[in-house]
Amino acid sequence: MEKFEKLTGIAAPMPLVNIDTDMIIPKVFLKSIQRTGFGKNLFDEMRYNRDGTEIADFVLNQPQYRKAEILVAGDNFGCGSSREHAPWAIADFGIKCVVSTSFADIFFNNCFKNGILPIVLPQEQVDLLMADAEKGENARMTVDLEAQEITTSDGAVVTFEVDAFKKQCLLEGLDDIGQTLQKEASIQSYEAQMTQARPWV
Amino acid sequence: MSPKTLYDKIWDAHVAHEAEDGTCLLYIDRHLVHEVTSPQAFEGLRMAGRKVHAPDKTIAVPDHNVPTTAGREDPSQMTPESRIQVDALDKNAKEFGVHYYPVSDVRQGIVHIVGPEQGWTLPGMTVVCGDSHTATHGAFGALAHGIGTSEVEHVLATQTLIQKKSLNMKVEITGKLAPGVTAKDITLAVIGETGTGGGTGYVIEYCGEAIRDLSMEGRMTVCNMAIEGGARAGLIAPDETTYSYVNGRPHAPKGAQWEAALNWWKTLFTDEGAHFDKVVTLKGEDIQPVVTWGTSPEDVLPITGVVPDPEDFKGGKIEAARRSIEYMGLTPGQKLTDIEIDTVFIGSCTNGRIEDFRAVAEVVKGKKIKDGMRAMIVPGSGLVRAQAEEEGLADIFREAGFEWRLAGCSMCLAMNPDQLSEGERCAATSNRNFEGRQGYKGRTHLVSPAMAAAAALTGKLTDIRDLI
Repeated sequence: MEKFEKLTGIAAPMPLVNIDTDMIIPKVFLKSIQRTGFGKNLFDEMRYNRDGTEIADFVLNQPQYRKAEILVAGDNFGCGSSREHAPWAIADFGIKCVVSTSFADIFFNNCFKNGILPIVLPQEQVDLLMADAEKGENARMTVDLEAQEITTSDGAVVTFEVDAFKKQCLLEGLDDIGQTLQKEASIQSYEAQMTQARPWV
Repeated sequence: MSPKTLYDKIWDAHVAHEAEDGTCLLYIDRHLVHEVTSPQAFEGLRMAGRKVHAPDKTIAVPDHNVPTTAGREDPSQMTPESRIQVDALDKNAKEFGVHYYPVSDVRQGIVHIVGPEQGWTLPGMTVVCGDSHTATHGAFGALAHGIGTSEVEHVLATQTLIQKKSLNMKVEITGKLAPGVTAKDITLAVIGETGTGGGTGYVIEYCGEAIRDLSMEGRMTVCNMAIEGGARAGLIAPDETTYSYVNGRPHAPKGAQWEAALNWWKTLFTDEGAHFDKVVTLKGEDIQPVVTWGTSPEDVLPITGVVPDPEDFKGGKIEAARRSIEYMGLTPGQKLTDIEIDTVFIGSCTNGRIEDFRAVAEVVKGKKIKDGMRAMIVPGSGLVRAQAEEEGLADIFREAGFEWRLAGCSMCLAMNPDQLSEGERCAATSNRNFEGRQGYKGRTHLVSPAMAAAAALTGKLTDIRDLI
């Protein structure tokens, strides 16, 4: 997995609440058996007309946000389906950090598996970042994972919380499976106990 | 020992390793797999030279893409992309040696219907699947939740998940339900109360007399939509209703093992005085038949209501409601019972079981659906279909004008050919009314099976209580 340490980039505002995973990547694009190539269809139905032309006023189609690497989003971002195609599409587009007042649980976990940092902040701070993002390409925020700080384009600093284990995995780009397999002895001993205690499983 | 919730007990029984910061390796008893979220996970194993850790605990079935029309074994019925996914599952199931129900098997169906039906899902288990509606299995008192594809690969490789414990939430439904009110109305009413983000970070335990009175099938409907309220999982403590459903199923324990299992299952309840971080209580008597008006499952109102005014909401929901109402082609103040529909979809992991179909048959028996209505009933599994045929329900549906389909997810998420066209409006027994969910620019109103049946007859959203 790609490491996430420190990022300075353009932030795009998406204040709509309850942006679901069907909006992030509609199911017609779930038919690939690869993990890549979803970026062009990120937010497909909001981003393109039926004939494939762009919807000009959609945020990521506006010239100043086309290279956004940070998304400041409305509450409950990523609700709905468990499809990891949603963070795959976000990462493939080039967005590496999403900020919101809350995220759906499965989407939140999926982000960390793909080098994306989801940040939860109180409403006032999301409002502050949203206002900064609305300034367009001048709104280059810096997200520093090690220091757990976001610095806005005018120098305001917002601190954020992140689970220590997940932080470490992102900073080092660690592969979960490799780490878990180091604890294989614990898994085997659990299984041996369960063969006795709950053999019907 | 301090009193524990049901969730605490199942969690504690599955921790294979705990780090100092509370990050756990949770052991997974059942891993259900379908064709859309697994190909990349199997490919990951292959590239790393890994095996499936516990193939005997892994059950695969294609459901999302499969056509539901006759003759579907003919591969030309699927788009090439869908066929690739189904073929990949076929190949992966064989190569990695997991249990498999191919399309040609009568037991094939929606993964969340097949698991319980075959007795794979048992009380006290941990169950995961790369599908958010895995919450369904919580009806058995199993800790069950959806995971992403990276986690699917993690479970395939290690039979564990890296997890931190969620908070405990209690949702109590007291008293009795009124006639015409169903499990679907309960679960939608709860989401209407808590919002789609209200359960984020929690595992919900549903309890109270109205929940106890539900059949296993109704309980599955309730837990199925826990995810729509944002909860990682929904749980209902096992009881006699659960044991009698499970007993005798192909993969349920037998003989001495059954007795041993039962002894453990009987300890799976929330202790008196156990702590819940959040409590929501609804009176069963107050719940009415409900319908969604918008594009989020929290947009729920009693069928007697009117389309709301976006200005009645607060904060970001004002803009979201405005967008929803425009997308749905509705007008604030419009009576919900005046909304005309052209499509009815009955099925899905929420409402694709035999009892759902019996409820539909009761409403439509001897009647005809409205002229021009497109109405389809899609069984949740081949066995549900066979039983409905045997009970004569299928004849009732056909005579009423419904299309009687083969098993699959179908128009719940419209990955197969069953889709809404632009502007079509559907009364659906499924679980999501998101924009484009049932087809590009399609409009979805979520309802119970009986309400969907009523709408098929009248051509409008209809209060089922007017027909009973």
